[in-house]
Amino acid sequence: MIRNYLKVALKVLGRRKFFTFISLFGISVTLLVLMVATAMLDQVFAPEAPEVHGDRTLGIYQIGLRSEQIGYTGFAGYGLLDRVLRNLTTEVPAVERTSILTVQSTAISYLDGKRVESWFKRTDGEFWRILDFQFLEGQPFSQDDEKNGNHVAVINASTRDRFFGGKPAVGKTIAIDGQTFRVVGVVKDVPVLRVVAFSDVWVPISTFKSSTYHQDYIGNFMAILLARSSSDFPAIQSEVATRMKAAEAGIPNKEMYKWITGGADTLLGAFSRIFFSTNSLADSHPERLLGVLLLIMLLFMILPTVNLVNINLSRILDRSSEIGVRKAFGASSWALVGQFVVENVFLTLIGAGIGLVLAGAVLSALNASGAIPYSDLHLNARVFLYGLAIALFFGLFSGVYPAWRMSKLHPVQALRGRQV
Amino acid sequence: MIRLQEVSKLYRTERVETTALDNINLEIEKGELISIMGPSGCGKSTLLNLMGLLDEPSQGKVAIDGKTIDRYGDRDLAKVRNERLGFIFQQFHLVSDLSVADNVEIPLLYRKMTNKERRRAALAALDRVGLSSRTRHFPTQLSGGQQQRVAIARAIVGKPGILLADEPTGNLDSQMGDEIMGILEDLNQNEKTTIVMVTHDPRLAEKTHRVIRLFDGRQVQ
Repeated sequence: MIRNYLKVALKVLGRRKFFTFISLFGISVTLLVLMVATAMLDQVFAPEAPEVHGDRTLGIYQIGLRSEQIGYTGFAGYGLLDRVLRNLTTEVPAVERTSILTVQSTAISYLDGKRVESWFKRTDGEFWRILDFQFLEGQPFSQDDEKNGNHVAVINASTRDRFFGGKPAVGKTIAIDGQTFRVVGVVKDVPVLRVVAFSDVWVPISTFKSSTYHQDYIGNFMAILLARSSSDFPAIQSEVATRMKAAEAGIPNKEMYKWITGGADTLLGAFSRIFFSTNSLADSHPERLLGVLLLIMLLFMILPTVNLVNINLSRILDRSSEIGVRKAFGASSWALVGQFVVENVFLTLIGAGIGLVLAGAVLSALNASGAIPYSDLHLNARVFLYGLAIALFFGLFSGVYPAWRMSKLHPVQALRGRQV
Repeated sequence: MIRLQEVSKLYRTERVETTALDNINLEIEKGELISIMGPSGCGKSTLLNLMGLLDEPSQGKVAIDGKTIDRYGDRDLAKVRNERLGFIFQQFHLVSDLSVADNVEIPLLYRKMTNKERRRAALAALDRVGLSSRTRHFPTQLSGGQQQRVAIARAIVGKPGILLADEPTGNLDSQMGDEIMGILEDLNQNEKTTIVMVTHDPRLAEKTHRVIRLFDGRQVQ
């Protein structure tokens, strides 16, 4: 039966080339946009190297300091994070490791008299144990390097190419941000969309030129917490909230700020906190952000779906004689609905295939263009499944209504070629 | 086999009410070959559509094999049409996107059969109407007479007890018309298929067992 349906579907597609083109264009372009978007979201949120433990990692990405009059929302200072995380792994067994790191910033070097900008990040030694970088040479710096303020650095492959012409770099020195560091390791480039891991050069926090950062509550630091399991998140978030509250006693400018907002979030939760300006210490309501993303996706899909419904209606009602014949020979209304939905899903799957190929080409072009530094956007199985799910959504939603209208066609009228 | 009891069919619009059939009483026995005749617009096709459960009477009852159909839902009607009835139309109504064999298979798509069984039955039906060499052709590649033979094969592939033919030779020349009539007579005589045929052609009507004549929606003979 399905074979017969597909034969008809193929013939109908070939017979009405313009409608087929419009349908396939709408489906494939919409899917292209959605699949490129999901590939990007995947690059940010999916637990892939070096953020392989992303599914059990929480972060204190942004905090807020508030009083009745003024407020600050942004990155935390080292002093606040150090106070909140101190002894957390020993006191809360659900926390396996914690790490403090700066947000990447640009740093200047001079190569043969030419000014060169690199992304620069300061981290502790635990950073390298939570994240799983692929080392091309050498090894990460350790917690001892951090403790002793050793001027060592890990660089990425692109920086090795720029500074050392692609030759082995471990043991050599690199001058950056007015300081000189000995290279101890070289890692594979990390895409800019990996907000925690990304940089060109990583050095210990303790190599800061001044130690005043130790007391600050406001700065350019963030922290990551590796839980033993994602099921421990609520307990950890609650503990961090308690510690944040306790840290209010140590706010350096007590006359300016009185309390702290923000807490430990998943990455999605952090975006949600920024998007909704959520001040809660314990919960950022990531489900709300997911809801908004889903809504945007649905709105984006409504226009092509309505367009498809109209095209399908005219396409199907053109075939009233066939509908009449099938009814006369024993097709129930449901059988006809099934037939036209199968045909429509078939059409959308062809569109999805085209969209998938186009999306692959666009992602390759994006990677090659360098518009997103070190991007490694690709269509993996997860993105493909998203695409397939979206295609089935299209196929079903744009096919069911026309099929239902058509199935109500009276057989005698259908055989006379009349429309509903 | 088919019984119509006080059947009327009215078509209503906002302004006009037209009586297509008025109080028809009719009984057709198994194995009969019957023709329905009358001037254009007298209700012949409407009567055939009511017998074929493609339309519902405004009044009266239609019974097939002793069962009154008035309370059948969509699925039950579809089942009776599929298993008990076969249709032949003046316009052939072949699906142009499907090959001859695929067209003939259509009634079997709504039965629980394997693809192989369907194909075997379709080829046998095409053989029965002398078209076994045209199974892979498409309807537009065939003459009118051949298309109507495909339509007959489609009507008989499910071995229905009743064939309803609406001017089956209306679009064919007399020689082709005779050929088609020959096939219908053969089906009636050798397979005991009950056939009800609408026709304008008295020559064909003479070959049937009984002629029902209609005039202005009434049965006059």
